Amino acid sequence: MSTQHASAESAASARETTEGTVYTVTGGDWDEVAETAARSDDERIIVNMGPQHPSTHGVLRLILEIDGETVTEARCGIGYLHTGIEKNLEYRTWTQGTTFVTRMDYLTPFFNETAYCLAVEKLLGIEDQIPDRATIIRVLLMELNRLSSHLVCIATGGMELGATTIMIYGFRDRELILDIYELITGLRMNHAYIRPGGLAQDLPPGAVDQIREFVKKMDKNLPEYDKLATGNPIFKARMQDVGYLDLAGCMALGATGPILRSAGLPHDLRKAQPYCGYETYDFDVPTADTCDSYGRFLIRLEEMRQSLRIVEQCLDRLQPGPVMVEDKKIAWPAQLALGPDGLGNSLDHIKKIMGTSMEALIHHFKLVTEGFRVPPGQAYAAVESPKGELGVHVVSDGGTRPFRVHFRDPSFTNLQTMAAMCEGGQVADVIVAVASIDPVMGGVDR
Amino acid sequence: MGLEEKLPSGFLLTTVEQAAGWVRKASVFPATFGLACCAIEMMTTGAGRYDLARFGMEVFRGSPRQADLMIVAGRVSQKMAPVLRQVYDQMPNPKWVISMGVCASSGGMFNNYAIVQGVDHIVPVDIYLPGCPPRPEMLMDAILKLHQKIQTSKLGVNAEEAAREAEEAALKALPTIEMKGLLR
Amino acid sequence: MSAANGNGGPNPEKDLSASNLPGQRGDGGEEIRVQRGMFGADKGGDTSGYGGLVRSIRLPGPATRPYGGWFDEVADELEGALEEQGLVPENVIDRTVVDRGEITFHIEREFLPAVARTLRDDPALRFELCTGVSGVHYPGDKGRELHAVYHLRSITHNRLIRLEVSAPDADPHIPSLVAVYPTNDWHERETYDFYGIVFDGHPALTRIMMPDDWQGFPQRKDYPLGGIPVEYKGAQIPAPDQRRSYS
Repeated sequence: MSTQHASAESAASARETTEGTVYTVTGGDWDEVAETAARSDDERIIVNMGPQHPSTHGVLRLILEIDGETVTEARCGIGYLHTGIEKNLEYRTWTQGTTFVTRMDYLTPFFNETAYCLAVEKLLGIEDQIPDRATIIRVLLMELNRLSSHLVCIATGGMELGATTIMIYGFRDRELILDIYELITGLRMNHAYIRPGGLAQDLPPGAVDQIREFVKKMDKNLPEYDKLATGNPIFKARMQDVGYLDLAGCMALGATGPILRSAGLPHDLRKAQPYCGYETYDFDVPTADTCDSYGRFLIRLEEMRQSLRIVEQCLDRLQPGPVMVEDKKIAWPAQLALGPDGLGNSLDHIKKIMGTSMEALIHHFKLVTEGFRVPPGQAYAAVESPKGELGVHVVSDGGTRPFRVHFRDPSFTNLQTMAAMCEGGQVADVIVAVASIDPVMGGVDR
Repeated sequence: MGLEEKLPSGFLLTTVEQAAGWVRKASVFPATFGLACCAIEMMTTGAGRYDLARFGMEVFRGSPRQADLMIVAGRVSQKMAPVLRQVYDQMPNPKWVISMGVCASSGGMFNNYAIVQGVDHIVPVDIYLPGCPPRPEMLMDAILKLHQKIQTSKLGVNAEEAAREAEEAALKALPTIEMKGLLR
Repeated sequence: MSAANGNGGPNPEKDLSASNLPGQRGDGGEEIRVQRGMFGADKGGDTSGYGGLVRSIRLPGPATRPYGGWFDEVADELEGALEEQGLVPENVIDRTVVDRGEITFHIEREFLPAVARTLRDDPALRFELCTGVSGVHYPGDKGRELHAVYHLRSITHNRLIRLEVSAPDADPHIPSLVAVYPTNDWHERETYDFYGIVFDGHPALTRIMMPDDWQGFPQRKDYPLGGIPVEYKGAQIPAPDQRRSYS
């Protein structure tokens, strides 16, 4: 094979000692670096921002080289929230996997779950068998999730600019959505509600009414953001022409989502490669041509309006029916029900398996402890998360547990654009640019 | 704190303790230490609906030098652990730690190579708060419990005595594996 | 079944030569593991009576023309463009797999940058967006243990293809794609961090997720999960990778 080894070896020589590997870095470059540093301006300093800093999104470490107030070089240090979720998944069944993936990007749990389930369903070859009701509820929850994620983005972005009012507003409206999540899934965050083959359970009574009420309320609340921020001269002055990244930059760096759309390209997987029946919904893909943070803010606001439209369409389409595939070899055996100690197996199911049907008990036991088998092969499923293309690469070795799950998280890829957006700008603008990328470290580090 | 070294023992100390505890608990300044999912719930607790300002602690300090409570909100990775310890060391005494969420308390579901299996391996923890993530109400409950603890905390010789007693009790305590009974 | 296997457990001496095994779905693909017994339980016996079962698990094998849909168009264009550059497509593309509505080109590793550049620049192909690299470790795929999987998306033609490159454990080198797709910078560092695949030509291939002084590559199959046993009152539950499991 003619791959190049020489370049990798010349950089540093390694030597094994009892303390571990010791690398010796040599070469004349170091003196040169020191000399250049000494000759340069006194104002030139290196600033470490984070990994624990109030104005960074999560545990992000920014390493900034600053000349006066100007950022001459910017780098990211990540990995401070690396959780090893991808490895953990390899030791759990396919169904248990949703419990882990929902905690990756913790602001977009339903997108993680749906993307993972779509990939597993592709491997199983049951995409066509997913009941309509399950798909519509998935879309409904994803669009509500898009709202709540964008609200947090705008809220924290505002707070980092010092606009605390926006933060209070954003979290106020997010609470309304979290109430709906709690009603439907039993949890405010980290739901594990969407499962391979369908959903964990059906919508509870009253959910549709509550969502309708929420849509009405949100229609009233959304214009408040316009009043508060969109035309605000200070807000505009901080955001406009900050975090500039044009289309060529976006494509090279693989940026997707609002960053790509703020460069004018209406690329949205919901339109380009529809999944979950998105081609049948009526909505627009907002774009901007400013390539800056302000454009991304406007896009997020408009996307929230479009999401509300989709939510309304979902509610109109909901018809009674099953929410899990027919195939009993895959479908979770129990119907969940609310008991005195929280959500669990329904009493009817327990009565059946413990009292009347030995076969049902065996089936329940096998499916819950062992799980179902997935034919060997690999699949890639992608959804348009609020941050961009969320791709899941799943490999099965024919077993009851994933062989490999890899999440191509949009936050991870988009965060690479930070250097391109910040270099040459002011220190204060770094915060604005990073906030407009909307990275969530749970997704970046996984 | 200079106050503690100059204190006499006796009934006067008990009075000073009560006064100091009352003052301390009423103005706890948390350091922002949001790590993961729990951080979002911590922010929610500070926002409109739950309104942590009611307990006099809505001001999250950016600098650990100005804070006396660290709410470790989320999973602590091996890479983050030294940073966490450094931030803790930078906080002035007296200081308290709430381990928010099951990941910070015990590693939780992430029992693997990347996550520290409980933040108490790195810093002493005052309150363990379960949940994944805990609801804002639970965080407030933890904070109120911590307020009680601060109110009754000892000073001077009494503090030394209390620390000795706590250590003796811990040494005598039965390990979890030897305990009998239900899992609660 | 022999007397030595009376307990119903998997028989380690069973003849595993290919001729002795029944045909499987996806015959012709690489064998990634051998499953023994009914449930593939790794601890304790198999009481099902099928403990002697031996199955070889293979990934889907190479497809033959026509691939169907736009797959043929992409394959034709790619082969044509490679020929124009003086490369023999058969040497570059190891095989083409069509499975579950997705097309995968297995590329010989030394040609990866040329193929990627062609896929990006050829007007009929135009795969502008690379969604990064995903490493997979197949310890059972002898001589090609480490795989790097790239998904390329064409926004112009609205298509998605997959490139797969493999390298042996003994020589974990794959050429870097950063020069073609700058977005792969962090993705390749991540794959290096987790799998130890050295991407030759990457500008700064250092660890990205794990601490800089970390030993080993944690997401390889031979690296343990690293969990600790959990203690309860009077009971100890082993770490997830130490429990009884089925495969």
